[in-house]
Amino acid sequence: MANRPAGTLYRGKVGMWSWVLHRITGVAIFFFLLVHVLDTALVRIDPAGYDAVIATYKTWYIGLGETGLVAAILFHSLNGIRIILIDFWRKGAKFQNVMFWVVIGLAVLLFLGFAPRHLINVFSHI
Amino acid sequence: MSVVIETPRSRKRPGFNLEKYGWMYMRLSGVLLVILIFGHLFANLMVGEGIHAINFAFVAGKWASPFWQVWDVTMLVLALIHGTNGMRTLVNDYAEVEWIRRTLVWLLWIVCATLIVIGILALTTFTPCGDASSISLLGKDGANVAALCPVK
Ligand code: HEM
Repeated sequence: MANRPAGTLYRGKVGMWSWVLHRITGVAIFFFLLVHVLDTALVRIDPAGYDAVIATYKTWYIGLGETGLVAAILFHSLNGIRIILIDFWRKGAKFQNVMFWVVIGLAVLLFLGFAPRHLINVFSHI
Repeated sequence: MSVVIETPRSRKRPGFNLEKYGWMYMRLSGVLLVILIFGHLFANLMVGEGIHAINFAFVAGKWASPFWQVWDVTMLVLALIHGTNGMRTLVNDYAEVEWIRRTLVWLLWIVCATLIVIGILALTTFTPCGDASSISLLGKDGANVAALCPVK
């Protein structure tokens, strides 16, 4: 490992990748939220238009996108709790590595609870 | 290998530190958003028919209850400010030219404020009765709600 930088606690490890993932998922959720507030507001000004837009949410491709969005939210929210624990819990920094894997484990578990149900709802109606 | 991290020695500075409150806001809103967003996803995508049950009548049914009204407005405001402040961090990290950075941060807050206003207006002025066509959209699922509408 000649070209691995020495003496770094952070680069290339869990601390870095959790940060990268937290950032990417945060941005993705943000842009979805912008669209989602606007499409929901249609309910006030154009009820039939709302039903038409929501019909696109029921297609298989948006259905798959929604599944990815939920995966992103699961990671971001659970890793957010990890960040908060690192900041406020005395032993947070010591256990940050373990907590990352707990986050991944919980996110996978919750995703397995969500994805089959959602995908069955999506694909049984196309 | 265990790592010893020294306790940071930060000086106490007098005055109002907006960045500190921003930092605290990200954490406080984060905790609340976990509950609000998980509940939102569960109620809309997991219960019953999930995504297939969602239409105008479904929203009218939810917003007939003050519980979901308060839930949704709280989630709207907390999430938009959290997301916008998070995006501000990214802009501060990546925008190298000062005027571009400033413009983008302004733009973020303008978009945020606009969407909060639109979202709150949509929810607070919402009526399932709107006009004849929206009443027909309520269908049989929305019969309870339609019953509340004055006859036109
Ligand atoms: C579901 C519960 C959520 C939790 C627990 C949570 C938690 C956090 C925490 C602790 C941070 C770090 C803030 C800092 O370092 O000062 C953060 C950053 C961020 N969050 Fe969230 N968040 C949640 C939901 C959301 C939502 C709904 C959005 C989008 C609208 C969002 C977008 C962002 C963005 C863009 C960042 C900045 C990322 C960065 O600086 O690298 N988050 N979040």
